[in-house]
Amino acid sequence: MTDLLTYRDAVAEGIAREMRRDPSVVCLGEDIGAAEGVFKTTAGLFREFGRERVWDTPISEQAIVGAAMGAALTGLRPVAEIMFSDFLACCWDYIANEIPKIRYMTGGQVTVPLVVRTANGGGLGFGAQHSQAVENWALTVPGLKIVAPSTPADVVGLMASAIRSPDPVIFFEHKGLFASKGEPAPPGHVVDLGRAAIVRPGTDLTIVALAYTVPIALAAADQLAAAGVSAEVIDLRCLVPLDMATVLASVGRTSRVLTVEENPYQGGWGGTVVSIIAEEGFELLDAPAKRVAAECVPLPFANSLEEQVIPTAAKVVRAARTLLEY
Amino acid sequence: MTAAFEQTGTPAVSTAELTAMYRQMSVIRETERAAHNLFLAGLVKGTTHLAAGHEAVAVGASSALRDDDYVFATYRGHHHAIARGAGPAECLAELMSKATGVCGAKGGSMHLTRADRGMLGSYAIVGAHLPMAAGAAWSAKLRGTGQVAVAFFGDGATNIGAFHEALNLAAVWKLPVLFICENNLYMEYTPISQVTAVPYPAADRAAGYGLPSERIDGNDVVAVKFAVAAAAARARSGQGPTVIEAATYRHFGHSRTDPAKYRPEEEVRQWLARDPLLVAAARLEAAGVPAAVIDGWYQAAKQEVSEAVAEAKAAPEPDPATALTDVWADGSSAWRT
Repeated sequence: MTDLLTYRDAVAEGIAREMRRDPSVVCLGEDIGAAEGVFKTTAGLFREFGRERVWDTPISEQAIVGAAMGAALTGLRPVAEIMFSDFLACCWDYIANEIPKIRYMTGGQVTVPLVVRTANGGGLGFGAQHSQAVENWALTVPGLKIVAPSTPADVVGLMASAIRSPDPVIFFEHKGLFASKGEPAPPGHVVDLGRAAIVRPGTDLTIVALAYTVPIALAAADQLAAAGVSAEVIDLRCLVPLDMATVLASVGRTSRVLTVEENPYQGGWGGTVVSIIAEEGFELLDAPAKRVAAECVPLPFANSLEEQVIPTAAKVVRAARTLLEY
Repeated sequence: MTAAFEQTGTPAVSTAELTAMYRQMSVIRETERAAHNLFLAGLVKGTTHLAAGHEAVAVGASSALRDDDYVFATYRGHHHAIARGAGPAECLAELMSKATGVCGAKGGSMHLTRADRGMLGSYAIVGAHLPMAAGAAWSAKLRGTGQVAVAFFGDGATNIGAFHEALNLAAVWKLPVLFICENNLYMEYTPISQVTAVPYPAADRAAGYGLPSERIDGNDVVAVKFAVAAAAARARSGQGPTVIEAATYRHFGHSRTDPAKYRPEEEVRQWLARDPLLVAAARLEAAGVPAAVIDGWYQAAKQEVSEAVAEAKAAPEPDPATALTDVWADGSSAWRT
């Protein structure tokens, strides 16, 4: 029996595999070298690849992401770490104005093959400035590919695609999943960007989830199954490219759809998914599309309060029931 | 002045080289005049930030760089594009929203780029490109190519965070990068001295990052060439970044039709008397070149740019379909299935 791999170790494993196959892959970020990352997601990289390829930076988010962009424009494939996704705000100019626009505004003269990795989301009690799920921030910016895996094998396979991508990728690693375990990725494992996975087939409703909300959706599906309801769970895996073909096909089979998002309801990714279903799949629906998303407040500190704000299996089950009773 | 590197002898360039620099500066000057007139005629939309007056910084620096070195410029960047080899016609076509523009009319005046000539972009978020230049220098260092990267920026950029983050990172990583400030005394409409705690906004900050700095006459193309050559040599030999602060002055306002009434008349008069073209012409005359010959070169530049204007005017509009290309490396903009 193969040993299970943690999501945390899968991050380092995914990066290491690409560094072994391509000498132009280099890493930079705060405390990622000898310290192996504040979440230990770069464990072993400094030991294996040395200071020529794993660079500790000052606490300078603009310099980290700006330098990654300059390196990507000139022949390297940098993998930059922004320790907490909340800190993307400190270098938002690069994420929103520079990296996604430079290819377009130069008429295609340059490419920007870089990955910005960042620890996203709640569940660890870090409070409002270290816990927010901000994948929807990136979704507002044309020109970024957005990855948010839910399993260790997907972390490895999507990291391979992200690093090999000639386009910039924001890679959201979920803090609440770091300790979770799953099947290890087989050698050479690559998961193409923009391909959702049906992680649980079902016939009565479609639940669309991402990253940390995938296990929540699966737990809810278990509870619904006990009540005789067959829920299909889709793990989007990427927000851009967004695999609406898989979602629309599923809704065609189930005629009911529910999104489960950790980002706030206002401006959350489910709004985009649901708007496409409304435009292109209205006839498929037997009930209004529904969204379970975080409440529109900053994330509170106490567990008992945080539970009130972010999606839980109980909230998903409740929402599913209202859909089925419609 | 902060401790600088050793000066390598008396500046001297051959008459042939000075001639080439004078002629290129003349082409830039005429291109900027043309851009201004085309804007007034309604043929250039949006905005322009003209670099007339700044020519010596771009041409002097470019003459000291290798063809494969990297240059990052600002929204006031026409002079850097031309100094690195972009033609006046493709630059003016870009300003005039034509298909033959250097960016296919997707960039405009503020984003002139010729990546194939190492001119890796003109950036319109103040200071944003300094970390990028550090990153390009990091890349050159890791690939062992001996290339240097240069960030040109205005005095106003020295008060934004990216400037400070870039200088520190470049210093601690000892990167082959040059930070060249074109200090034209005004951040936009406000004197830089009113909003900066030290007299020399770039050079005075260098010491805080352990970096050498030099203040130079940015209107003397020879002074610029030698300072940049020395800093580039330092960078290539592994000694890290240098901050150069070049004193210069813009001949037009900040942007568009700004008449720059906020500048004292006497100040303007003094700086126009030190026009970089006059300074270079004086050097040529001192080397024995007759004034009529020098004027002939300027007239040739005028003719070249007037032909470039005609070419740009005659060029076609971009194919509307190109609005939806070039987001991704495969040329498409598809974001979903």
